[in-house]
Amino acid sequence: MALIEVDITRGNLSPLPVAVSPLSIDDNSKENFKKILKKENLGAEISLIVENNLKQTGLFNPLDKNAFLQKPDIANLKPRFEDWNLIKAQALITGKVTFVDDKLRVEFRLWDILAGKEMMALAFTTVPSNWRRVGHIITDKVYERLTGEKGYFDTRIIYVAEEGPKTNRIKKLAIMDQDGFNNKFLTLGNELVLTPRFSPTNQMVTYLSYFRNLPRVYLLDIETGMQEVVGDFPGMTFAPRFSPDGKKIIMSFAQDGNSDIYTMDLENRIVERITNHPSIDTSPSYSPDGKYITFNSDRSGYQQVYIMESNGKNIKRISFGNGLYGTPVWSPRGDLIAFTKLHKGKFYIGVMRTDGSGERLLTENFYQEAPSWSPNGRVLIFYRETKTNAKGEGFSAKLWSIDLTGYNEKLIKTETDASDPSWSSLLTN
Amino acid sequence: MNRNIFISFGFHILLVLITAMSLPFLAKKPIDLPPIVSVELIQITDKTNIPFAPKAKKIIEKVKEKEKKLVSEQAPPKAVKKDKQDAIPLPDEKLEKVKEIKEDKQNPEKVETEIKQVSEFEKKDLFDPNNIAALIDKSKVESAETNKKSNEISQDQDKNIEFGGLSLSEEDALKAQIFGCWSIPLGLPYNENLLVRIKLQLKPDGSIIDSEILDHARMNKPGQGFYKVLAESALRAVKLCQPLRVPSTGYERWKELQLNFDAREMLEG
Repeated sequence: MALIEVDITRGNLSPLPVAVSPLSIDDNSKENFKKILKKENLGAEISLIVENNLKQTGLFNPLDKNAFLQKPDIANLKPRFEDWNLIKAQALITGKVTFVDDKLRVEFRLWDILAGKEMMALAFTTVPSNWRRVGHIITDKVYERLTGEKGYFDTRIIYVAEEGPKTNRIKKLAIMDQDGFNNKFLTLGNELVLTPRFSPTNQMVTYLSYFRNLPRVYLLDIETGMQEVVGDFPGMTFAPRFSPDGKKIIMSFAQDGNSDIYTMDLENRIVERITNHPSIDTSPSYSPDGKYITFNSDRSGYQQVYIMESNGKNIKRISFGNGLYGTPVWSPRGDLIAFTKLHKGKFYIGVMRTDGSGERLLTENFYQEAPSWSPNGRVLIFYRETKTNAKGEGFSAKLWSIDLTGYNEKLIKTETDASDPSWSSLLTN
Repeated sequence: MNRNIFISFGFHILLVLITAMSLPFLAKKPIDLPPIVSVELIQITDKTNIPFAPKAKKIIEKVKEKEKKLVSEQAPPKAVKKDKQDAIPLPDEKLEKVKEIKEDKQNPEKVETEIKQVSEFEKKDLFDPNNIAALIDKSKVESAETNKKSNEISQDQDKNIEFGGLSLSEEDALKAQIFGCWSIPLGLPYNENLLVRIKLQLKPDGSIIDSEILDHARMNKPGQGFYKVLAESALRAVKLCQPLRVPSTGYERWKELQLNFDAREMLEG
């Protein structure tokens, strides 16, 4: 008798119920961490970071800790799966924090409740001041194990912090963890800064700053704080961005009303012209393999998205929808291009496949732009300007994130107004 | 004067006539009947294998078979009973009883025979300790025959659907249940071949005895992280869903079941 086959082609997209048990900590370690970090219970604090990260993704539903039946120290040794099953958890995270030789040692485990088995167990040691990153690293590993793709939690976001009235705006370069903590200002605000972009390979940032009313492209090493001028360029320079290998910068120069795309080799500082067309070509972005470039151009009469080979050949228009398309950014996964679209007075952030098909508008508002991909190509961060009251007065710019489903839109809290965000690659791989 | 009145009257009459004639209900049109469409009613049960009220059907068929058994198989048990009873030394009363029955059996009227038969069953129910041996022997034969018959019955019942898959409604019920339990890992690439086939061994109540991923070797191959995640999510779905909503009949058909989990449709959308 032939085996009966049933095809399951649909499932639910509701978040996976996860229990994040507080990391257990012995009394001695608790006292030591309290002295150093002023934290009452570091284990609980770290698990809270993991919980918030998972919740922020929209893919997981961390369960209420009050419902947990098993204590953290026992759960870490051997969970009673029936107890966790009772509260409908499908995955469980347990762990232990210890103070060893003035360092923070963490071990954590991920359990499959329904299968009743351990899915992953890892341990690492770091300096105690890195305790927030510990939470992010745990989340990255759990996320990767449960979704199949790399996480994006142990990352940072560089952005332009804005203060003051719109006519006299002070713009400073600022950096923070992806969850909005550990905010630092990198410039003083004397000069106007624009379009900071992270290198895909390391913690270098390129940005544009005005020095004596002349635009300059800078390189900034986040780790060392070293900053250098890449070059003074004639006319206006826009949107410098790294190549995937971090060895080149691609940008657009505007001269005599015409803007074209150029690259600059960071080793020998040789500038190469990529496009040569009387129209305005701007916002270039490399594909992750470095073979193609996407950019926007008004060569068809309206601003649209184009792709070409990295040497400037085979230019092809890919956006054909109504409205104007700009700021295309190639996904680090290579499968999608994010863009800003202006149509009937509204701004949209959307994605399309690299051949222009499958256009999806993820979010709509009166003014929003500059999408930047998370390193795993799953989430976009962008900035949105809004009026501060119902009468349409005042003005506020904030960072927002949205995932590819378009349902999970979140405000990222910043101390000041913020614009032009750029997402770093993972700090640890 | 009068002439004008007549003319006016005449025109008014004409006007009324014209109005009346042009009214729509006066203009009779032939009723446009749609042509008669012949409809042939066909049974789709065989096509979809939807069991007609499965439990009721089973009960009805069992009753029918029981009736058949009572009528057609009267003779052999009696013969057996007679031999056995002859062989075992029994009190006279019992022998007389048996004789009486024998006489009844020889009665050409079937209706009476049946009545006698029923009465004998009633006697059996009374449980006469003196008749234990005979009862045991008979019950052995009868139970053997009943088993044989019941086997035949189940084969008959399943004959129509034994070689088919699940009916559409059975499959839909199962799918709908698993759809609700399967949390698709959203991070998977939509353009890769990520079909996970799981073979299940089920109990009659739909709970799982064993589950096996058919392409198990692929799970531990390098670069197949996505497949592993998908396979694990599929296993979780099956475990979360159990007992599965399986049909109430035809256990032999679905005691082994293969589920093909394919997330492409969802991930592409």
